Amino acid sequence: MSGIHVSTKINGDAVEYVCDVEETLLDVLRDKLGMTGSKEGCASGDCGACSVTVDGRLTCSCLMLGAEAQGREIGTIEGIAKGTELHPVQQKILDNAALQCGVCTPGFVVAAKALLEKKPDPTETEVRYWLAGNLCRCTGYDKIIRAVMDAAAEMRGN
Amino acid sequence: MARNPDADNAPVKKEIESPTSKYDAEKASSFKVVGSRPARPDGMDKVTGRARFGADMVMPGQLVGLILRSPHPHAVIKSIDSSEAEALSGVKAVVTRDDFAPNDDHADVLYNIMAREKALYEGHAVAAVAATSRPVARKALKLIKIDYDILPHVTDVDEAMSPNAPVLHDDIITKGVNPAPTKPSNVVARSEFGHGDIDAGFAQADEIIERSFKTAATHQGYIEPHACVANVGADGMSELWCCTQGHFHVRQVCASLLGIDVSRLRVTASEIGGGFGGKTTVFIEPVALALSRKAGRPVKIAMTRDEVFKASGPTASSSMNVKIGVTKDGRITAGYGEFRYQGGAFAGAPADFGAMSAFACYALDNVKTEAYDVVTNRPKGAAYRAPGAPMSVYAVESVVDELAARIGMDPIDLRLKNAAKEGARSSYGPKFGSCGLVETLEAAKAHPHYSASLGPNQGRGIASGFWFNFGGETCSNLNINADGTVTIAVGTPDIGGSRASMCIMAAEELGIPYDKVRAIVADTSALGYNDTTEGSRVTFSSGMAVIKASQQAVTEMCKRAAMMWDIPAEAVTWEDGCAKPSGPNAGDFEPLSLAEIAATAGKTGGPIAGHHEYNADGAGVSFGTHIVDTEVDPETGKVDIIRYTVIQDAGKAIHPDYVEGQFQGGAAQGIGWALNEEYIYGDDGKLQNAGFLDYRMPVASDLPMIDTVIVEVPNPGHPYGVRGVGETGIVPPLAAIANGVSAAAGVRMTELPMSPPRVLKAIDDAKVAAE
Ligand code: FES
Ligand code: FES
Repeated sequence: MSGIHVSTKINGDAVEYVCDVEETLLDVLRDKLGMTGSKEGCASGDCGACSVTVDGRLTCSCLMLGAEAQGREIGTIEGIAKGTELHPVQQKILDNAALQCGVCTPGFVVAAKALLEKKPDPTETEVRYWLAGNLCRCTGYDKIIRAVMDAAAEMRGN
Repeated sequence: MARNPDADNAPVKKEIESPTSKYDAEKASSFKVVGSRPARPDGMDKVTGRARFGADMVMPGQLVGLILRSPHPHAVIKSIDSSEAEALSGVKAVVTRDDFAPNDDHADVLYNIMAREKALYEGHAVAAVAATSRPVARKALKLIKIDYDILPHVTDVDEAMSPNAPVLHDDIITKGVNPAPTKPSNVVARSEFGHGDIDAGFAQADEIIERSFKTAATHQGYIEPHACVANVGADGMSELWCCTQGHFHVRQVCASLLGIDVSRLRVTASEIGGGFGGKTTVFIEPVALALSRKAGRPVKIAMTRDEVFKASGPTASSSMNVKIGVTKDGRITAGYGEFRYQGGAFAGAPADFGAMSAFACYALDNVKTEAYDVVTNRPKGAAYRAPGAPMSVYAVESVVDELAARIGMDPIDLRLKNAAKEGARSSYGPKFGSCGLVETLEAAKAHPHYSASLGPNQGRGIASGFWFNFGGETCSNLNINADGTVTIAVGTPDIGGSRASMCIMAAEELGIPYDKVRAIVADTSALGYNDTTEGSRVTFSSGMAVIKASQQAVTEMCKRAAMMWDIPAEAVTWEDGCAKPSGPNAGDFEPLSLAEIAATAGKTGGPIAGHHEYNADGAGVSFGTHIVDTEVDPETGKVDIIRYTVIQDAGKAIHPDYVEGQFQGGAAQGIGWALNEEYIYGDDGKLQNAGFLDYRMPVASDLPMIDTVIVEVPNPGHPYGVRGVGETGIVPPLAAIANGVSAAAGVRMTELPMSPPRVLKAIDDAKVAAE
């Protein structure tokens, strides 16, 4: 097995690693870099628990090879709070009790933040469709949708 | 009620509840913290990705463990040759059935975690390897040679019961039939419940409806696959990290299967990414321990989603007949049901729970239910939220709905007329104590949802449901820290915010702010035995243990204050977080706060703590009623959920956010079960949809907001009136949605899931029949 050398940026920091050809970005994050905030729920692009951004674009890290991160900017759940200051999406998820087990939460935070950066004033239906790639089995989504709508309102300054 | 999933076919059935504790109405009238909605203690970790779940643990020198699984649904394993795999560079251990000694206490668990004579389902574990990397481990699996002798298989419950079916186990002789059969079959047991004379009851009826129903097997669908890290020392000192609903249970089973002392195995429950009953049992943990023991290094096993579907436990599929008779004025004169559930390759389908809960919403003079627990070539079933009840209640509530229409009565009125209430004999035996079914029905009737108008192709369904709830063995500790904060250790994994509820109850009892209390889930070496997080028991049982531990600490703090004031301990009371002289005769002293007493504890006798250990009884049943509006597309058969309202008795909501969350989550899972989710088997006995793309659980765009109404009829067996709320919420939705779809489509839906092709076919068949 010959490793591939990759130079990339994760949450703004320069990172280098050597990965196997078959390793996904999610494997690299979790197993090589110890960044276990991104979760593996399916490894097939169906649950969104592994959501990251690649050059700002929402991506399932289980569907991308570690080698493909070369020269890109990766954003993960670990980079969303600024020190102790939570992003409004994180804060509103807490305020709305929009989690039960919480294993889906990192994926929802990454995905919702990406939505609100693209579309600061989404309708409930738009939020529901944008987040349709993120499975939550515990909450029935009700409180999650409310949290994202609340965060959007706060970010717009309402 | 809870079933030990790993005991051989042994549901826990309590005939009479004798509550461990009593409702304290005075206390409940002046709650300060209970009923508030503070942020949960683990919330920050979970929104930032810091929380560590099963697969997030790394131990130094850890190996990757992978499991080889049978591709055949039923086959004799003639031989296993792992020599080539063992010789592969980087492979540190291979285990097979030969690495586990026979075990009478957990025979089925052992057989399930590593196949013995036969592979009993597609996905049954047959060997496992530990290697230095995943690619090496994968390669090693391919090098293991297994010689199978393929046998005929059966995956359908009714086929499995037929006399010609291939028999899975030659030692299963049906229990509960007289005379006992002489030959083995796939029917593990028949059980019967009820009272009165149903023939006489049906004779009094003006209308009788009898129907057959089927439901598909569904998976709990937790987003986190099972994962664990095992580390066995050369001296047998072992540690295990895993995502489980019951780490004490895991310890017990693993220690037994591995032949090590319970005291040598320390199990830590990770954060758990959902369970719903599916993580009450043991799948990969003993395998990881066996690999670690052989390799002398830590081993991590994380299941893939494919493995979760194929080899962890879904719930039972069912085939049922229900017959109910009613008078013109709406009195149910008799109810009968036969419930046939398959629970996979081993005994334990929750048919008995289904039969017990089927008619639980009704106070009936004549009722009889029969249950059949059947094995098939499918993965060993596991509990799924109110195990067994959603299916049987679907059948009964569908017929009740149809009868209401037949006699021209409002379906809520029909239910109110026959509703189970305090003092009524339940269909499964004991008499009901105080309970809230009538209150949920009345709240449903008064809810604006019930009288809102419907659009074209829309139909409204309602249904009620029930769950027993459970108490069980519990042990909690509480420590008063020197700075006036408090730490609680409970032994029940927190699956939906229960640590927040524990903190609320301790804060209430101690009279201090919520944020001064922190609750953790302690490992198995730190506390006495705790039953699993199941049976909706945690807020009830661990909560009560926390309350009692707090009271013990309060008694001790009063003693310390008395010592400081030099007055008798009886002359001190506890109020608003402070010790106070109990009256003018006790003396004139400034109150001493918890923090003040804690600060000087070293001088007054040492650390202050409380603990409580008991077997909790008096869990108190929970009833719920759901209202749903559905819309059926007559062209495609697709069903949309337009509006949904859950009304359920919580006894007392400690943290209402998480009570609502349980209601909403149960309803959403019920919606999936009713409309889409199903285990689909091919003729080859293999699961055809082992992934989230083809096993389609509800996503955000499939659902509306889910309204909730928390009804509070205090449980007389809990000081705060708490009833478990986790399970009842999944019981009514199957029936409520089927009633809604039946109304919208104009045809009775008797098979779940109501996927578009099935709905379309029912509509077309009805048209043909009408012509
Ligand atoms: S793990 Fe990537 S989408 Fe599920
Ligand atoms: S909170 Fe458990 S999966 Fe979303």
